[in-house]
Amino acid sequence: MAAVDLTQFHKTFFEESLEGLDAMEAALLALDSGSTDHELVHTIFRAAHSIKGGAATFGFADVAAFTHVAESLLEEVRSERRAVDGALIDLLLRSVDCLRAMLARSSSGQPAADADSEALRGELVRLVSGAAAPAPVVAAPEAAAVGGWDIRFVALPHLLQTGNDPLRLFRELGQLGRLEVRRAFVLDSAPARLAELDPGQCHLGWELRLHGAVARGDVDAVFEWLDGDCELAIEALAGEAPAAVAAPAAVAAPAAALAPAPASVATVPAAREATATAASGEGSSIRVGIDKVDALIDMMGELVITQSMLSDIGENFQPAQLERLREGLLQLERNTRELQESVMRIRMLPIGSVFNRFPRLVRDLERKLGKQVRLELHGEHTELDKTVLEKIGDPLVHLVRNAIDHGLELPAQRKAAGKPETGTLRLNAYHEGGNIVVQISDDGAGLNRAAIVAKAQQRGLLGAGQEPSDAEVAELIFQPGFSTAAQATDLSGRGVGMDVVRRNVRDLGGSVGVRSEAGKGSVFTIALPLTLAIIDGLVTAVGHERYIVPLTSIVESLRLDAAAVRRIAGGGEVFQFRGEYLPLMRLHRAFDCADAITEIERGIVVVIEDDSRRVGLLVDELLGQQQAVIKSLEKHYQRVQGVSGATILSDGSVALIVDVGGVVRLGQRSKAA
Amino acid sequence: MAKILAVDDSVSMRGMVAFTLRGAGHEVAEAENGQLALDVARGSSFDLVLADVNMPVMDGIAMVRELRAMDAYKGVPILMLTTESHTEKKMEGKAAGATGWLVKPFDPEQLLATVKRVLG
Repeated sequence: MAAVDLTQFHKTFFEESLEGLDAMEAALLALDSGSTDHELVHTIFRAAHSIKGGAATFGFADVAAFTHVAESLLEEVRSERRAVDGALIDLLLRSVDCLRAMLARSSSGQPAADADSEALRGELVRLVSGAAAPAPVVAAPEAAAVGGWDIRFVALPHLLQTGNDPLRLFRELGQLGRLEVRRAFVLDSAPARLAELDPGQCHLGWELRLHGAVARGDVDAVFEWLDGDCELAIEALAGEAPAAVAAPAAVAAPAAALAPAPASVATVPAAREATATAASGEGSSIRVGIDKVDALIDMMGELVITQSMLSDIGENFQPAQLERLREGLLQLERNTRELQESVMRIRMLPIGSVFNRFPRLVRDLERKLGKQVRLELHGEHTELDKTVLEKIGDPLVHLVRNAIDHGLELPAQRKAAGKPETGTLRLNAYHEGGNIVVQISDDGAGLNRAAIVAKAQQRGLLGAGQEPSDAEVAELIFQPGFSTAAQATDLSGRGVGMDVVRRNVRDLGGSVGVRSEAGKGSVFTIALPLTLAIIDGLVTAVGHERYIVPLTSIVESLRLDAAAVRRIAGGGEVFQFRGEYLPLMRLHRAFDCADAITEIERGIVVVIEDDSRRVGLLVDELLGQQQAVIKSLEKHYQRVQGVSGATILSDGSVALIVDVGGVVRLGQRSKAA
Repeated sequence: MAKILAVDDSVSMRGMVAFTLRGAGHEVAEAENGQLALDVARGSSFDLVLADVNMPVMDGIAMVRELRAMDAYKGVPILMLTTESHTEKKMEGKAAGATGWLVKPFDPEQLLATVKRVLG
């Protein structure tokens, strides 16, 4: 058989190890918050243990060595030889971080250990009682075999019940040398009457002689598993053969143990390349619950039934069957939609995986800022598209950081304000319409209105003496580079502001807003699309081109009189809509389309909205509603301003999808200009 | 060729064991903890069971004890896959009725050699 290629399991190993570390971290944090659940210790131990076993099996020696020491420490905790205290949890949390980094380096083909990991490992080693890590077991040099062995082997009655079989032992001995059974005997323990004999009990003994230059260790190995299941006496047979013969065999074992080293060195470059490419693909695998796959298979089954029904009609079509055909097509449409939903669901993952980082973050921030925070997580099972999930982490981290840094007060301040000293930070995820809503709420001081207004006036965003509404104040914090100096700390001084949070969320097709009440707290609300890959859109025609406008962003479509449009300074056009002037964007001009309708009264204006800002788009006509599967333009061509992607229409032609956020921003700028 | 039940909570380890055994022509069923292994074992019959020791829900040692209590598995070889090189876990496994053990880390060749040793 060809050697088994273990590299195929590396990715799984890294994934499950990272999951194990997450579980370990969560359990450590639970212990830290005072839980005495013994199962937590088991979970932590098990995670370390599995990583160690896998790392050793798959050849990540540095990771195995590190986890080995951590495991020894955990073993002391598990067997209650070591008490759990804050310092130990700190050390173990640092170990978790260190292992994450080591795994990341391993998966990109770099050496896992570095100075930091070695230093931490040293710290662990020093802590483990007895200090030194157990030395690797080196097989004691085999005593040279003699001419053979006399073996007296008496089975204990329960031997068969362990699944061991004397015949197997004899077979193995027979492979070592020539085996002679000198005597087999029935033990006194055997029942006197055959009827009382239990086939599960063994009452036999043997006197065996193994001829040949066999190492004692090889004989012992045959009986290795039988400790406690038999009485065994092994004695050397007086020199039938020169003892020296056995020596090479004994030496062969360590030699074989060393042999794989050069071989594995030789395979390293190839493996490295493979993992490097895998890493750059950002591990594009996904673990899917079996229920989702089952749903898919169900759906597939229905589709097959519909298909056979339709082909049945088609084989022998008569006009009278038109109704049946229509029914079949309706069924096909329903099947397709359901299948599509099932397929999309495969990309959906619970937001819990992102929420899970917060207990640790909150703990670190508490310590750093001297605040007391109780973290509540709700709706962890709410599912989000994998891509959205991967990109929502950073904005959420920023909001949580802000809430603790700026929102929640110090215990003394809270006490003075008549609030409990421990602040509450709540993360909640839930469905609302076609969106996933994620809320970050705190019971802190709320937005600092005075500081924000002062800062806005200083930056010229507000005129002096202007009294903005609460909603306007809330909007101000999302302005680029807006950070109130009074609040700046080393945490907020990272050059990442709320404007970046908003931009990231918008890139995902979502929106973010805040409500705040002085002294009561703030609520940040992020609304995200269920999935990025499919949108319901309105197909519009502009000249020969087709543009898709996402349905969720459309406020209204209307025909305008040319007289209703006014030209403003700078060349922009505006029109009045529900009491406000909206910029008019001629799509044919923005996208440079030939043969489009240029007279306003002949075209149609589609009013779209993004973050309560509106723009009217002039198109030739509306062709109807359609679900569009979004294809990335960047991947196939390049980024185009005002376009979020492309899709293929049912007639096979390509349509571009209007990037609502981008177009609205563009329109607002032209209005301002 | 034998029917083998591979029990391990680690997907990569289980995958490696199953892949290696299948490559050698064996039929392999998988389970991710002792409890599931018992369910699988009840519904089928196996010539050999390979089980990790440390698993959530039901660990390998409890699983061996339960398996040995089932008539169909009284004499079936059960090997523990264990990382602990100290005798403690091995003896605990043996007391529960395990046939023997294979110490992790092992490579596919060692696995096949041990399986061959047990199955003959």
